[in-house]
Amino acid sequence: MKFIDEYRDSTATKRYAQEIARITTRPWTLMEVCGGQTHAIIKFGIDELLPKKIELIHGPGCPVCVTPVEIIDKALEIASRPEVIFCSFGDMLRVPGSQTDLLAVKARGGDVRIVYSPLDAVKLAEANPQRQVVFFAVGFETTAPATAMTVYQASQKGLKNFSLLVSHVLVPPAIEAVLGSEGCRVQAFLAAGHVCAVMGYEEYFPIAARYRVPIVVTGFEPLDILQGVLMCIEQLEIGRAEVQNQYSRSVRQSGNRPARELMARVFQVVPRKWRGVGEIPMSGLGLRHEYDGFDAEHRFGVAEIRVEESSECRSGLVLQGKIKPHECPAFGTRCTPEHPLGATMVSSEGACAAYYRYRRSPKPVTS
Amino acid sequence: MCLAIPGKITSIAGDDSLTRVGKIDFGGVLKEASLAYVPEAVVGDYVIVHVGFALSRVDEEEAQKVFEYLREMEDLADLESSHSSAGASGRPNPASP
Ligand code: SF4
Repeated sequence: MKFIDEYRDSTATKRYAQEIARITTRPWTLMEVCGGQTHAIIKFGIDELLPKKIELIHGPGCPVCVTPVEIIDKALEIASRPEVIFCSFGDMLRVPGSQTDLLAVKARGGDVRIVYSPLDAVKLAEANPQRQVVFFAVGFETTAPATAMTVYQASQKGLKNFSLLVSHVLVPPAIEAVLGSEGCRVQAFLAAGHVCAVMGYEEYFPIAARYRVPIVVTGFEPLDILQGVLMCIEQLEIGRAEVQNQYSRSVRQSGNRPARELMARVFQVVPRKWRGVGEIPMSGLGLRHEYDGFDAEHRFGVAEIRVEESSECRSGLVLQGKIKPHECPAFGTRCTPEHPLGATMVSSEGACAAYYRYRRSPKPVTS
Repeated sequence: MCLAIPGKITSIAGDDSLTRVGKIDFGGVLKEASLAYVPEAVVGDYVIVHVGFALSRVDEEEAQKVFEYLREMEDLADLESSHSSAGASGRPNPASP
């Protein structure tokens, strides 16, 4: 497929890897923020192409993985009601709440439906006026424009039987949380290309300057990731800390204006809990008060549910890059994609699931 | 979850900017996507699609940059081996010794 295959060319990939090896004189630690990039790195073995001196840490950028247990429990409570059609992206169905998951609710007769787009949930609400249709709105800035349009259309149409359980999260505050955490080893970031397609990358200028870290907006194919790594190393080796855009075919500096405008109309920035990490201030999007009528937490009276996370899962440490998945004692034994203890084992973009699928035991690095 | 893939717009329906919908060809698989956020996109353009929404138009010229960078690396390597003088290439190479 155009814009995919050519970015997987193995000769070009090798050439990039050689160039990285050529210019690297010291050990460097980079974090790729986005789970999509983590998946590609492990799947294509990109980390194994890099010189040993370069370590890639897998960041908190998988929205499925960071959705807190509390929100999952709220989803389970709402989805269990007989009057509700609960719509969700497929990857959320097996994320464990404190007791069970959405798939189990569905098996017990709950009307849980997988949708491809949030607009499908609006269509369902129109087609089922006697039922309550709820959309589980998770995701980063990439997904928030789709949710924003859904809210906007539902309010234009005056839909009374549609609401959303909103748990959107924002990338820049998570990067700052990583940088501000004790013992942070990250020296440069590959920023998430699709998040930046929406938001642009102006938000990263002050972060790069304040923490003196290079931040390179990077795409998702092997060549993109390698070029992103190369651009980071070029900066690190000469002591620069700038924001650069590797993914210029899809990302403009100020992002997607119409999307940002509609998001600003529908959402406000709110504090948000991140699974395994805890609450990060100003790190989420919630509905503006004008749209309170579409807030499922109020409509179904679940706003007060509070849950603590289980202690066995180490996903918080994995998400902050402090341990690699196979260093978790439960990895591959008590915790597998079939029986996940934590969300990072559920989603194919979660670091634990990526390691389980492509690399059950740590391979010796061959470079 | 942030998976977004490039596809080619083969037709567009609706003219209101908020409800414009395109048929998108993903390597032979056709799917519909809202074009509300890419008002500038026309038939034949490639767009990045995520959960039913086109988020950005792929810029064909910018798309070549990854390969240009590579060609410049090759040229630089050639120059270095033939003249054994670093830094003769047009590309600024801040990391070379
Ligand atoms: S392997 Fe399982 S239990 Fe361990 S950190 Fe990953 S998701 Fe949590």
